[in-house]
Amino acid sequence: MTDHTTAQKPALSSNSAKEKISIRGLNFYYGQTRALKEVNLGLNEGEVTAFIGPSGCGKSTLLRILNRMYDLYPGQRAEGEVLLDGENILSKSLDLNLLRSRVGMVFQKPTPFPMSIYDNIAFGIRLYEKLPKSEMDGRVESALKRSAIWNEVKDKLQASGLSLSGGQQQRLCIARTVAIKPEVILFDEPCSALDPISTAKIEELIDELASDYTIAIVTHNMQQAARVSRYTAFMYLGEMVEFNLTDSIFTAPRDKRTQDYVTGRFG
Amino acid sequence: MANPLYAGRRRRNAIWTTLAYAATAFGLAWLVLILAALIWKGLEGMSLDLFTKSTAPPGVVGGLLNSIVGSLIQTGIGLAIGAPLGILAGTYLAEYGRNSRLATVVRFINDILLSAPSIVVGLFIYELLVVPVGHFSALAGGVALAVIGAPIMVRTTEDMLNLVPNQLREAASALGMPQSLVIRHVAYKAVRAGLVTGVLLAIARMTGETAPLIFTALGNSLFTVNPTGPMSSLPLIIYEFARSPYAEQQKLAWAGALLLTFAVLVLSISARALSAQTQQR
Amino acid sequence: MVEHTVKAYDRELDTLERLIAEMGGIAEKMVVEAVDALASADTVLAHQVVATDPRLDALQREIEDLAVMTIARRQPVAVDLRELIGAIRVAGDLERVGDLAKNIAKRAIKIGAESRVPRAIVGLRHMNEVATELLKDVLDAYAQRDSERAREVWERDVDLDALEDSVFRDLLTHMMEDPRNISFCAHLLFCSKNIERIGDHATNIAETVVYLVTGESMPADRPRGRQETDIDVEAAGGDV
Repeated sequence: MTDHTTAQKPALSSNSAKEKISIRGLNFYYGQTRALKEVNLGLNEGEVTAFIGPSGCGKSTLLRILNRMYDLYPGQRAEGEVLLDGENILSKSLDLNLLRSRVGMVFQKPTPFPMSIYDNIAFGIRLYEKLPKSEMDGRVESALKRSAIWNEVKDKLQASGLSLSGGQQQRLCIARTVAIKPEVILFDEPCSALDPISTAKIEELIDELASDYTIAIVTHNMQQAARVSRYTAFMYLGEMVEFNLTDSIFTAPRDKRTQDYVTGRFG
Repeated sequence: MANPLYAGRRRRNAIWTTLAYAATAFGLAWLVLILAALIWKGLEGMSLDLFTKSTAPPGVVGGLLNSIVGSLIQTGIGLAIGAPLGILAGTYLAEYGRNSRLATVVRFINDILLSAPSIVVGLFIYELLVVPVGHFSALAGGVALAVIGAPIMVRTTEDMLNLVPNQLREAASALGMPQSLVIRHVAYKAVRAGLVTGVLLAIARMTGETAPLIFTALGNSLFTVNPTGPMSSLPLIIYEFARSPYAEQQKLAWAGALLLTFAVLVLSISARALSAQTQQR
Repeated sequence: MVEHTVKAYDRELDTLERLIAEMGGIAEKMVVEAVDALASADTVLAHQVVATDPRLDALQREIEDLAVMTIARRQPVAVDLRELIGAIRVAGDLERVGDLAKNIAKRAIKIGAESRVPRAIVGLRHMNEVATELLKDVLDAYAQRDSERAREVWERDVDLDALEDSVFRDLLTHMMEDPRNISFCAHLLFCSKNIERIGDHATNIAETVVYLVTGESMPADRPRGRQETDIDVEAAGGDV
C-alpha cells in the first residue's frame, strides 16, 4: 500500500534516470494525413517504456520514427524534435545506417533472414566490424546466449534460420539486434504472433535486457504492458493522452480515456 | 432438405463436369498427337551423325551439329545480354521504382515487349545491326533473342521480389543495412529459386524462337563459331528442312524438332520444380 | 460510466455491488438492534441478532468468491480493479461489524434481567447513535462513490472516540460507587469498546471508498481521540 502511494505521486519529474530519447513537439504526416499531434515524451535510459492504444492511434508510427524507419517510404515526414542523447535524429544530415545501428528494432512477425542461424547474427556484425573467425564465433555465441536461445540452437548453427519455431525465430531476431550492440531497442508488438509460452520467454528476455538497454515496446496486450514496462504511454487518435508510471496507468489512470481503454470500455 | 432443388443441382453439376472433362480431353488429345508424331518421326532421324556432322546438301549424309552449336551460342549471347538487363530492370521496378512514374512507364513498355510479335523484333534488329554492318551475324541473332528474353526476366524478377515480405526488408534496414545490401543479401536470397526460374523460362523461350533469327542470323550450312558471321540454329534449320523436298532433310527437321522440344521441356520442368520450392518457403 | 465491451463483466460488478448493499443493510440493522436489546433487556431480540450473523458471514464469502473469480477471469485494471479490491475490503469490514454487534447481543443476553443502572446505558445508546450514523453515511458514500462524504465520515470518527472516553469515565464512577455494579459495568465497558470498533470499521470503509474513487490512499494516521481506554476488546471480548 505504502509503496503504491509513493510510486504514484512523483510520476515524471523526480526520477533520477537520464532521458535517453526526448521527443518534443513531434508531428507526423502520411501524405496529407496527420498521424501524430504534438507528442512530447521522454524515454529513460535503462528502462522499459510501453506504448498502448487502439489500432491506428499512432503508437507504431511513433516507434518507427525513433529509427527513421519511415524513411523507407515516400510521402511520410516528421516534424519536431527527437533527441537521442541530445542529437536531433530527424535532421536531414543524419547518417541513417549509423542511427539504426544505435537504435535496433524487433518486429511483429519474426523475420529471420534466409540464411543460416550463424549468418543471421554474423551478418549484422559484419556491417560494422571486420572480425577474425574466432572472435566472430564468440560474438555470435554471446548474442545468442544473451537472447536465451543458445541452448536450443548451439548444435545447429548452420541450419537455416527459417527452420526454427516462431518463438525461437523471434528470439533469433532479438539476438541479431543485440549482436550489433545498440543503445536502444524498439519492439513493435513482438509477441502478437507467438503462443503464450514463447510470449513469456520474450517478456522475460525484455526484462533481462532492460538493465543494459533503453527499451520501447508497442503492444496490443495491455497486460503485457503492465508486466514488462516501468512507464506506459497511452495514445489515442495520434495524441499522447497519458504518460505515467505503469503502476499508475493500470491502477489509477488520470484521464478518462485511458481509464476506459485499459478497463475494456472502449467504443 | 429440399430434395428437388438438390437433385437439380446435382444434375447441373454432372453436366458441367462432363463438359469440362470433354474440353480438357480435346485439348490434351492434340497435344498427345503432336508429341506422338514428334517422337515417332523424330526418333526415325536420330543417329550419332546428328551430333557429329554438320548440315549437308541433299544426297550427302549430314547432321545438325552446326545448328545445335549455333543455337547454344546464340541463346548464350541472348542470355548474357538479356539476363543482367532483365534482372536489374526487374530489381529497379520492385525495389527502387515501386511507385514512381518512370517505373509505371517501364512496366507498361515491358508488358508490350512481352507480347510483341517476335518477327517484329527480328525486323527491328535487322535494321539496327544487320543493315548498317552489311551482313547477317549470330551476334545480331543473340541480341534479338535478348530482346525476346529480357522482358520475361524483368517480369519474373519483379514478381518474385514483390513476394519478399516488406517486413524482411525493414528488418534488414533496421540493422543499418544500406539498400543495395538489403537487396543483394536478403531479398535475392529469399527468392533465389524464383529468380532462376525466370531465367530458365526465358532460356526456354529463346531457344524456341525462329522468327527473330530469320532476319538476323540467317542460317549457315557450315559449322562456325564466329559470332560476327551468319550462323545456323535449330529453329531455323527445322524451318528450312521441313520445306525441303528431300526425305533425309525432312527427317533431320523432325529430329531437330524433337531435340528442341525435349530441351524446352526439361527447362520448363526444372523451372516448375524450382518455383514450387520457392512457394513452399 | 460507459459500459464494458464485455457485458458479462458489468453484470459481475453489478452483482457485487448488490451483495455489498445487502450486507450493509444487515450489519446496520444488527448494530441498532443489539444495543436496543441491551437497553431494553430484550433477550428475544438479542437472540435474533445473534442468529442473523451467519447470514452476514455467508454473504461475505459469496462476495469474496465472486470477486476472486472476476479477477481471475477478467484481469481487471484501474477502476475495475479498485472496485473489486474495495468490495473484498468492505465485505470484510461489514463482517467484523456484524461480529461486534453479535458480541453486544450476547452480552445483552448474559446481563439479562440483572440490568442495574439504567443511567449507565444512556451513554452507550448515544454512542451507538453516532456509530450507526457513521455506518449509514459511509455506506451511502460507498453506494454513491462519493469520496467527499467518505472523507467526512473518516474525520467524524473522532467524536465517537471522545464519547467512548466519557462513557468509560461514567462506568468507572458507577463501579466505584457500588462494587455490585462491577460485573454489569464491565460488560458495558466491553460493549462501548465494541461500538467504538464499529466506528473504526466505518472509517476503514471510508478509506476504501476514497481509494476506490480516486485511486489514492488516505494518510496512515487518522485523527484520534485520547488513547487511554485502548484495550484490545476484539481479542479480549471475542467470546463471552
